[in-house]
Amino acid sequence: MTATDAHIASQLSPDAGPGTAAAVQPALSIGNVSHSYGPRRALIDVSFTVQSASFTALLGLNGAGKSTLFSLVTRLFGIQNGQIKIFGHDVSRTPGEALRLMGVVFQPRTLDLDLSLTQNLLYHAALHGISRREARLRSAEVLGRIGLADRAASKVRDLSGGQMRRLEIARALLHRPRLLLLDEATVGLDVKARADILDHVRQLVTEQGIGVLWATHLFDEIMPNDDLVVLHQGRMLAHGPMSRVIADAGAQDVNTAFMRLTGTATLAGRPPS
Amino acid sequence: MTSTTVTPERSGFSLSEYIVCLNGIVWREALRFLHQRERFVSALVRPLVWLFIFAAGFRQVLGISIIPPYETYILYEVYIAPGLMAMIQLFNGMQSSLSMVYDREMGNMRTLLVSPLPRGYLLFCKLLAGTAVSLLQVYAFLVIAWFWDIAPPTIGYLTVLPALVLSGLMLGALGMLISASIKQLENFAGVMNFVIFPMFFASSALYPLWRVQEGSPMLYYICQCNPFTHAVELIRFALYGRMNWVSLAVVGGCTVVFMIGAILAYDPSRGLVRRGPGGGEA
Repeated sequence: MTATDAHIASQLSPDAGPGTAAAVQPALSIGNVSHSYGPRRALIDVSFTVQSASFTALLGLNGAGKSTLFSLVTRLFGIQNGQIKIFGHDVSRTPGEALRLMGVVFQPRTLDLDLSLTQNLLYHAALHGISRREARLRSAEVLGRIGLADRAASKVRDLSGGQMRRLEIARALLHRPRLLLLDEATVGLDVKARADILDHVRQLVTEQGIGVLWATHLFDEIMPNDDLVVLHQGRMLAHGPMSRVIADAGAQDVNTAFMRLTGTATLAGRPPS
Repeated sequence: MTSTTVTPERSGFSLSEYIVCLNGIVWREALRFLHQRERFVSALVRPLVWLFIFAAGFRQVLGISIIPPYETYILYEVYIAPGLMAMIQLFNGMQSSLSMVYDREMGNMRTLLVSPLPRGYLLFCKLLAGTAVSLLQVYAFLVIAWFWDIAPPTIGYLTVLPALVLSGLMLGALGMLISASIKQLENFAGVMNFVIFPMFFASSALYPLWRVQEGSPMLYYICQCNPFTHAVELIRFALYGRMNWVSLAVVGGCTVVFMIGAILAYDPSRGLVRRGPGGGEA
């Protein structure tokens, strides 16, 4: 059991009931997941976990299978092979319990551009069964936290790309999930906006104990303390603390490690099936 | 070590959560409708053109005998009014499905589908929201039609409401089923040619079925099998405070079948439509 897990377990009372037992489970557990689009295999036997209060970077080039994996975790696609659990709740069997504990920021924008910031948040809250009064309180709170309180009544269409992303992250946190998935959340943003969003998400990890799975193809978004999952052509090539992944690859940095890992995979004759 | 707040988990959803979700989806649909004023105007102009121009032109050509639910001879405008009400709902159902295809392409649909509430319930809420919008359009049409001397019994404005809800659900569910099987927004033009026009013209919306039978027995049977015919007749009878049980059964049954089909089509584990990366279809 990790230090974080032990900390969580210490907060649980012995008679807390079966529902709370899930809290000591990994935030996200992916076991032997494979997925195909017809004859094309997009994911091949992928397994890893994301712990609470940890930042896990899912590193892979475009087409590596990151978005497919996100679609499986969020139940947009049915799971063909393997098992995905969120705090112990099987996404296939108990999707309601699993999805309730998860917030997600997809790669394409999913905001309604013609609605205001507040209206977008209220709609999301309603989809999670949060009452209008509570939703208004939470919306005001999160908009203040991301520095957009004065734009609450503006249409989303009038925001910059970075502001939209911050709003999407705020929206994903509105129902207070304990796992946050972000799929290439900084694509198309300038350097400052990227740094701001990364800082914001890392704060969520350290201050609120949220488990984060951050899909990216940008090496500079990964920090030495992060967990790293390397995905290439649907296969998971490495998983573990970044320093260990680099050491195991016999490299000096994550960039070189990634190149060696993916190069090895290709040279070893393991092209995508 | 980091600080983690652990909250006890709940399983299942309370009734209030279901209601909040329904309200939220209807509210969003209404907001979108209000933001698209041209959609409201065009939804009204279409049946009014039929009423003011088409019906005026055909009044002398098409004689309407005394058929239930009418108890006397009626003007052609009076006859086609229920058909035009159903036409509003038909177009609205297809418009809703068009917006679902658009939402799917733009990514908004993901917001709905990753909600923890049961997917079938979410789609049903979406359907109800579309029906609510169609009711606004139909009653606006009835108000204008009243000035054109189409004045059903006062109680008819109330008794027609359940019929409109049911027919709106059926046509919305059909639109939802179609939207689940459409791969791209561009393909939607085909829906106009292969769904809306055949359904509308091969029905009792514009002419009584006995007239059709005189002209073409084959077309008569096609019209009888068309669920839209029964939606029109259900509305027609309800508008005059009467019940057409056959139409009620057909419309109710089709609503259930179309709804189940739509839910299956959007269920990734049993989808009729294979979805590919990016949320589109493979």
